[in-house]
Amino acid sequence: MSSDDLKDLYQEVVLEHSKRPRNYRVVEGANAEAAGHNPLCGDQLVVTLKVEDGVIRDVGFQGQGCAISKASASLMTGAVKDRTRAEAESLFERVHKLVTEGPESVDMEALGKLAVLSGVSEFPARVKCASLAWHTLRAALEGRGEAVSTE
Amino acid sequence: MSGFDVKQVREDFPILHQEVRGRPLVYLDSAATAQKPQAVIDALVRFYQRDNANVHRGVHVLSKRATEAYEGAREAVRRFINARDTREIVFVRGTTEAINLVAQTYGRKHIGAGDEVLITQMEHHANIVPWRMLCEQTGAVLKVIPVDDRGELVMDAVDALLTERTRILAVTQVSNALGTVTPVKELTRRAHAKGIPVLVDGAQAVTHFPVDVQDLGCDFYAFSGHKMFGPTGIGVLYGRLERLDALPPYQGGGDMILSVTMEKVTYNRVPHRFEAGTPNLEGAVGLAAAIRYLESLGMENVAAHDRELLAYATQALESVPGLRMVGTAREKSGVLSFMLGDIHPHDVGTILDREGICIRTGHHCAQPVMQHFKVPATSRASLALYNTREDVDALVRGLHKVLEVFQ
Repeated sequence: MSSDDLKDLYQEVVLEHSKRPRNYRVVEGANAEAAGHNPLCGDQLVVTLKVEDGVIRDVGFQGQGCAISKASASLMTGAVKDRTRAEAESLFERVHKLVTEGPESVDMEALGKLAVLSGVSEFPARVKCASLAWHTLRAALEGRGEAVSTE
Repeated sequence: MSGFDVKQVREDFPILHQEVRGRPLVYLDSAATAQKPQAVIDALVRFYQRDNANVHRGVHVLSKRATEAYEGAREAVRRFINARDTREIVFVRGTTEAINLVAQTYGRKHIGAGDEVLITQMEHHANIVPWRMLCEQTGAVLKVIPVDDRGELVMDAVDALLTERTRILAVTQVSNALGTVTPVKELTRRAHAKGIPVLVDGAQAVTHFPVDVQDLGCDFYAFSGHKMFGPTGIGVLYGRLERLDALPPYQGGGDMILSVTMEKVTYNRVPHRFEAGTPNLEGAVGLAAAIRYLESLGMENVAAHDRELLAYATQALESVPGLRMVGTAREKSGVLSFMLGDIHPHDVGTILDREGICIRTGHHCAQPVMQHFKVPATSRASLALYNTREDVDALVRGLHKVLEVFQ
């Protein structure tokens, strides 16, 4: 049982994204950014965005963190590109439900690749790791330059 | 080793005998908080079943018993750290409150704008933040003794940092993040040579080896009950009598006064001057039981066990591929802080947890020393008198499992 939970948490895709995060960069010509911080574990990341006409044209992140927070950030950048603010916001809501309540609580198909984060729900202590990038994205979209914190 | 059999010792700690996640519990987080022997648990129950009443107040039999238990605990603490006088023992909530007490009484009285408070790079936040706050209140300046790459204090830097403006030196005896044992006796000697008082944070020290405050010579010594197998919410500030006597009160309330009118308050003598309100009676009773337990084992025996197990664990961990120890001081106690390749400590902790192994991951409330080693966090296994070589072996197997997941 415990071994299966671990495999669900550290799925191949999660490990792969944590080792080789996508869009690990500062977006050129970015017009929005925010810093995120998880004071409990020291995870820190910066999300940069290029938003045009309410659509996220480009998104990148940089920072340090555990496998879960890096993979989540990497997957996020792929998922929100070319989405509107509202779409990004509703994706965050789905991801949050997924990592807190588990796969039964959301439409897994609508989540696409983000579905690999489902294992997090068995590890309540790791929810903050999975949601840090999303909180930071939200802060950037809302134009809050100051650092957001998971606490 | 006479009088110390770790198998026997484990029998005294009921919490250790359980399975978590289908595996025997391996508790390697005693630097965060230590488990409690049955003797401490029994003392708490007995106090509430037989002796509970408020102290220093009633004329009745229970109040007398409770007062005797509470003041008896003060004597047990005095004996444990070899203070001269029970009046030198102030009960507080823990190390944190003890340091805040000194910062806000000694500090507010003696430390002003331009004065200096000297601490070290490896302090716990509890020995940084109260001084930082004092500096913000008074305009004093916080100075820091640096740490080298092994995690030892740079002793060559000390003399120049003890200046004519230095008003106090506050230093840990054992680093909770690195395990480094600092030369507090030598530091105290150098500070006293310039007339500077010294506060020692002993939270991680008293559980591992004998402490003699007269031998150390320090002015203040702070520690917590819960890290030395006693209850949470009780701790001790030791202060040399002449130092404590000269301090203004900390918090105001009952028990810390001799008389009160609306125009004038006369404060009580030490140590009661610093114990406003009904104190943590059960905490003091439980702490005294913990001290008696440690005395029955013998702190020298505890120290020998600690040394032997730390050496074994250090060697065992160094055999794990990619493991890098953070903190390799020549004198260490009880703590193994490490990085495993480029795997984040939180991932290490999560996988070990699934194996029933409890360690701490994070910055250990010591961010400045983490910054020195350029890591955001470490994994920390900490040892106590009930830990065995089998616990260490389980940790090593767990770390191999982590490597497997992340290969």
